[in-house]
Amino acid sequence: MSTHDATAAPPAVGSENYLNCSHGFRSWFFTLDHKRIGVMYLASILSFFLLGGILALLIRTELLTPTRTLMSADDYNKVFTLHGAIMIFLFIIPGIPAALGNFVLPLMLGAKDVALPRLNLASYHLYLVGALIAVLSIVQGGVDAGWTFYAPYSTTTNTAVVTLTLGVFVLGFSSVFTGLNFIVTMHKMRPAGMGWFDMPLMLWALYATSIIQVLATPILGITMVLLIVERVMGIGIFDPALGGDPVLYQHFFWFYSHPAVYIMILPAMGIISEVVSVFSRKHIFGYRAIAYSSIAIAAFSFLVWGHHMFTSGQSQLMNMIFSALTFSVSIPSAVKMFNWLSTMYKGSIRFDTPMIYALSFMFLFGIGGLTGLFLGSLATDVHLHDTYFVVAHFHYVMFGGTVIAFLAGLHYWWPKMFGRMYDEKWGRISAIIISVGFNITFFTQFVMGSQGMPRRYYAYVDKFEPYHVISSIGSYLMAVGFFMTAWYLVKSLYRGRPAPANPWGGAAMEWQAASPPVLHNFTEEPVVGDPYDYSNQTYDPAIGGYVRRKTEVSDR
Amino acid sequence: MSTPHEGRDEHADPHLQHHFESMAQQYDSGKFGMWLFLVTEVLLFGGLFCAYAVYRANHPEIFAYAHQFLDKTLGGLNTLVLIVSSLTMAMAVRCAQLGQQRRLKQMLAATLLCACVFLAVKGVEYQHKWKHGLLWGTRYVAQGETAAPADAAGVVTTPEPAAAVPVPADGGTTLPHAATGPAGLAGDHPQDGHGAAAHGGHGSAGPAPRNVQLFFGIYFVMTGLHGIHVLAGMIAIGWLLRRASAGEFGPQYFAPVDFVGLYWHLVDLIWIFLFPLLYLIH
Repeated sequence: MSTHDATAAPPAVGSENYLNCSHGFRSWFFTLDHKRIGVMYLASILSFFLLGGILALLIRTELLTPTRTLMSADDYNKVFTLHGAIMIFLFIIPGIPAALGNFVLPLMLGAKDVALPRLNLASYHLYLVGALIAVLSIVQGGVDAGWTFYAPYSTTTNTAVVTLTLGVFVLGFSSVFTGLNFIVTMHKMRPAGMGWFDMPLMLWALYATSIIQVLATPILGITMVLLIVERVMGIGIFDPALGGDPVLYQHFFWFYSHPAVYIMILPAMGIISEVVSVFSRKHIFGYRAIAYSSIAIAAFSFLVWGHHMFTSGQSQLMNMIFSALTFSVSIPSAVKMFNWLSTMYKGSIRFDTPMIYALSFMFLFGIGGLTGLFLGSLATDVHLHDTYFVVAHFHYVMFGGTVIAFLAGLHYWWPKMFGRMYDEKWGRISAIIISVGFNITFFTQFVMGSQGMPRRYYAYVDKFEPYHVISSIGSYLMAVGFFMTAWYLVKSLYRGRPAPANPWGGAAMEWQAASPPVLHNFTEEPVVGDPYDYSNQTYDPAIGGYVRRKTEVSDR
Repeated sequence: MSTPHEGRDEHADPHLQHHFESMAQQYDSGKFGMWLFLVTEVLLFGGLFCAYAVYRANHPEIFAYAHQFLDKTLGGLNTLVLIVSSLTMAMAVRCAQLGQQRRLKQMLAATLLCACVFLAVKGVEYQHKWKHGLLWGTRYVAQGETAAPADAAGVVTTPEPAAAVPVPADGGTTLPHAATGPAGLAGDHPQDGHGAAAHGGHGSAGPAPRNVQLFFGIYFVMTGLHGIHVLAGMIAIGWLLRRASAGEFGPQYFAPVDFVGLYWHLVDLIWIFLFPLLYLIH
């Protein structure tokens, strides 16, 4: 990277950074700075997380009793549809890549920005437009087709399906642009001396994620287009009365939406790889295995969509092939898991908030991943299909996996993003509350699902009532944990201790930038090195963070 | 190009963005990004090609029958027009690289003209379809039955849907049983033959199979989406033309012309697949 511009250019000494270098709405809304775009993404997705979370609480409250508690059956259908659509398309998919990834990716490369900053901004604007269109569907009375929009119901219901699917279509472009940008950035902006296998594993995870975003999302785009023309023009491609085939819709939809769950989980695994190593003070174990397993998961992700359709009338042969391929995905996932555990083995583990979340991730993702095998085996799936077992599995992977890892990453990079330390004690307490609440909410759903409680039902038989009550109590506990988290994070922005450049002792390049970084990221040329080598760091109690040992100028 | 490039005292090309080392790195990044974007475009159309493949495999008789209503001459003309436009676009890129400002503008204008011709011809075709009710789904108007099914070469060429699929008494839905769906591996309707209805070739369309509207649905979605891409390309070329008039392109900086060119070739290529798949069915 260039060596001479940092000192020639204005970054005035002291406290000028990317947050305060310019002011006003326009300086944010039209910024090309990846850090500001990341922060705007973060604020947006967290708002939608709040909205989706409130909807989740409404669902859980409604299900406290076997019949009506709060709302009518129609409203209930709309609420769970919206909960799913908002959480998937507006929160989880952009969550880690577009918000955290945007912020850390160029920093981890020692670069000044992503390769295509204007495309990055366009991606955020498209996200906003898509989100607005999607939210507009609420004003139009909501949608009751479920977030999967299965034909023929989605083509015949009289709710605002077109608006919501149009929003999803636009959001798809936003996602494609982010992924495309990341791929180009990693190919073209790596600094001299950083080969592919010298990158932090977070970048490998983002790379694998981006490949899926670029290759799978267009299929979602065309599926949504077909659904829209089906509804608006009556094109008949999914309408059996006109010779079309609704099962084709399922194929199209899952050809995107199965890879999409790996868009959600892969970057989460990247965060865990960073956090586990840093908080164990030990070099990551099996670097190459973790890197390759990310790519392997991305490759497998395109070959397993049929496991959503075991009961949709596929041929037995196809079912068997999809089942076998589904089992294969567990191999690279387990490779990662064992490598994280081996990293921790004989490490000096520190239980700071990010690490508590990382451990929680491993426990919850372990359960989520293993129950996936139940659903991937053909005979068992016929029993469990469309029950709460599936709901629980999905939430263990997406919430226990992705959201928990997102929280790990948020706490890990929070000091870097905002230059403030949050209250560690409250961080740990709420991490534990969220974990416990999560298990109470969703483990009960495994039990009732295996006993036959179908998903999406508004009214249910009385024997499931105790399970639903326990599950709802767990969800309230989680809500408490999240509000505590919101409270201490917001408080830290005003009252938090100023963060040192390297509070956790990370060795990747983002920790060489100031906290928060200056506009163009680095005030002096960052040093390329092993991102998991902690040997030349020492803790400086005066600044409350780690500093590079000055004694040896290592040019070995 | 709106970003400030402070402290960059090298050759200071005004087109070099602040975060790149060199024009070469910037050009490579843009080109790589463009190729990736084209991949997503291919996949977007890939969904439609997939739908085409599924329905053609399941109902070959519909495609064999319905394609006769498409005008091969106009389709062929459009193919030629697009191929010429690809040539002029490639020459425009060359002119930009060589700094031939006048020829660059001419070539871009020629490309734009070809695109207009393409859309005009497409418009004529659409209008013809519209007039005859050769439309999608619910809007399809059955074409006049030319003859009784039995007289076409003595074979029963019309698929007898009632024999193949249990049709409910109300006739409202003909949902095939699952094994004949897109995923179905069971051999479906043997009596459908391979579009036997279309082999008459005596100018008559032959007896119409069921669900002809499926073909027109696919036809309109595919050519419509392609048409939207042509329009987007025209906007991009118009933008290039404006910048070229300002003399912005030259041997040092021709990336936008190059990238729009790549996009334009893809739009052309997609048509080259659409034309035989829709117009030239046997």
